[in-house]
Amino acid sequence: MTTIQEAVPREPAAVRREALHFAVRNGKLMTGLVIVLALLLLGLFGPLLTGAAPNEYGPQPMSPPSGAHWLGTTTFGQDIFAQFVHGLRSTFVVGVVGGGIAAVIGMVVGFVAGYRGGILDEVLNMLTNVILVIPTLAVLLIINAYLGIRSVAVQGLFIGLTQWPWAARAIRAQTFSLRTREFVDLARMSGSGTGRIIAREIAPNMSSYLFMTFILLFGGSVLIASSLDFIGLGPTEGVSLGLMLQNANQWSALQLGMWWWFVPPGAAITAIVGALYVANVGLDEVFNPKLRET
Amino acid sequence: MRRYFGRKLLIYGLTFFVAVTVNWMIPRFMPGDPVASMVARANVSQPEAVEAMRAYYSSLFGLDQPLLSQYGNFWGALLRGDFGTSIWLFPTPVSQVIGAAVPYTLALVVPSVLLSWVVGNRFGAYAARRKLLDNTVLPVGYVLTAMPYMWLAVLLAWSLGVIAGIFPVAGGYSFSMRPHLSWAFLLDLLHHWTLPFLSLFLVALGGWAIGMRNMIIYELESDYSTYLSALGAPDRLIRRYAFRNAVLPQITGLALQLGVIVAGALVTEIVFAYPGLGSLILKAIQNKDFFLLQGTFLFIVLGVLIANFIIDIVYVVVDPRTRAGMAGAQA
Repeated sequence: MTTIQEAVPREPAAVRREALHFAVRNGKLMTGLVIVLALLLLGLFGPLLTGAAPNEYGPQPMSPPSGAHWLGTTTFGQDIFAQFVHGLRSTFVVGVVGGGIAAVIGMVVGFVAGYRGGILDEVLNMLTNVILVIPTLAVLLIINAYLGIRSVAVQGLFIGLTQWPWAARAIRAQTFSLRTREFVDLARMSGSGTGRIIAREIAPNMSSYLFMTFILLFGGSVLIASSLDFIGLGPTEGVSLGLMLQNANQWSALQLGMWWWFVPPGAAITAIVGALYVANVGLDEVFNPKLRET
Repeated sequence: MRRYFGRKLLIYGLTFFVAVTVNWMIPRFMPGDPVASMVARANVSQPEAVEAMRAYYSSLFGLDQPLLSQYGNFWGALLRGDFGTSIWLFPTPVSQVIGAAVPYTLALVVPSVLLSWVVGNRFGAYAARRKLLDNTVLPVGYVLTAMPYMWLAVLLAWSLGVIAGIFPVAGGYSFSMRPHLSWAFLLDLLHHWTLPFLSLFLVALGGWAIGMRNMIIYELESDYSTYLSALGAPDRLIRRYAFRNAVLPQITGLALQLGVIVAGALVTEIVFAYPGLGSLILKAIQNKDFFLLQGTFLFIVLGVLIANFIIDIVYVVVDPRTRAGMAGAQA
């Protein structure tokens, strides 16, 4: 093994500066970031731009996009732009909550299983595999149908609780390869405890990987949430992009030719998730010199 | 070999056990009373009738017995293939309702999964060595994987169905027809099947293509490829080896993706009002038919488990390392 160079820790500030250098020059990362940021800003400030409440019935039903209604109105006269910007908020909330919870559980399980090994690893691994095989949406369907109370945050919580297994598996594999390195041995010999070694030695060395895992989990949460909303298990209060799609489908926007009802929400979900994926590829290139195109 | 399958079977057995237990636990420990909501839905005002219904539903669920024997009964009924009675289509047994829907879902899922996997891998492999193709496959692939299944379905229904009018946008067959065996009916089935199939196929395609492209590039840069080309081996041969090695993770990926793909099929069915399990779930939720919902849940879990097991067998057949490694000490 040629781990001598890696064993010498490099100055963190220098690493960060180098990453930033390549990050700014990476087209994929920048494009993805700009798209996500633009939609995030629209979600944050859009509701301030439009006075209309998202679910308020207006006097002009079924009107196509115009100056008065930027994205037109629904069959009931609701302003679609207002629904859209509020829906963006829910989408980001679901992504952050779902992706965040899944990332935290995945990290804890992955680190502990990978670092401690032995029987603990066997048990955690078994648990991960079991949950990995159960189709997530089917579980969420059952839980959501019975629970009935559904805010965006609760939805995110349950998505997070079912989505962590593959992250745990990936992090376990990474930890496995790190735990035999010299600097980890050194820390162990100097008497550091498990938690300290994981937090100080192992996690920082795969921080870029952890960040990318979170991004993928974020995207996955957004997609799962939109499916749930579409089946009719969306938040009971408020709006979401998936809920807009469900309403459009339910009230035959398709047959009525009201494309402005179902195109924007789907396009926004696709844009957010797609931009995240592309940014992730960009990040990979930033952190992994082998992948950089010259 | 035996150890490999032993492990896998243990995991599948445990998974099924967990799924069944969750399925049993949720209606019993969740806040809210499913029996009460079912009684409320029936809209009966006389107190005696309400009490009678409550007793009836309680005995259907077996809620009047101690918890442990409820759990035992649940398993017993399940192993006898008894999923309970549908409330929405009372008094049809749930297993019968599901049985009528399953062929449609299978006809949609199996071809779209297999075809998208094969075609996606081909595309990805080609993209890995043609810059021009790479520049189109990659962005299109990312857009496709990022799309929610139902949105692509809605767009296809709108463009090819409503505007162009080529394909019907709802149902498994024309309303004017009754299911029977004839060419006219089969053609009609196929006609209705095309759009849902296409939307499932397209969304899955992008992911496989991107995965394969990345794997092939990785394999082509590995030591054995460099060595082979240094030996003067023809590019075709190197690529063939690279493809073989790159396909293995894709098989694992197929197993991991199965649950997601099935979920996608459910949502797509709802868009097209296709008479499969997805539409059934929607009806079950709208009618608060929890027996039906639980039945479909178990059915989906079982389906995914069986499919996973088949993939495991295929994996062993295709990958010599698993065969060799599992015979030895490696876990």
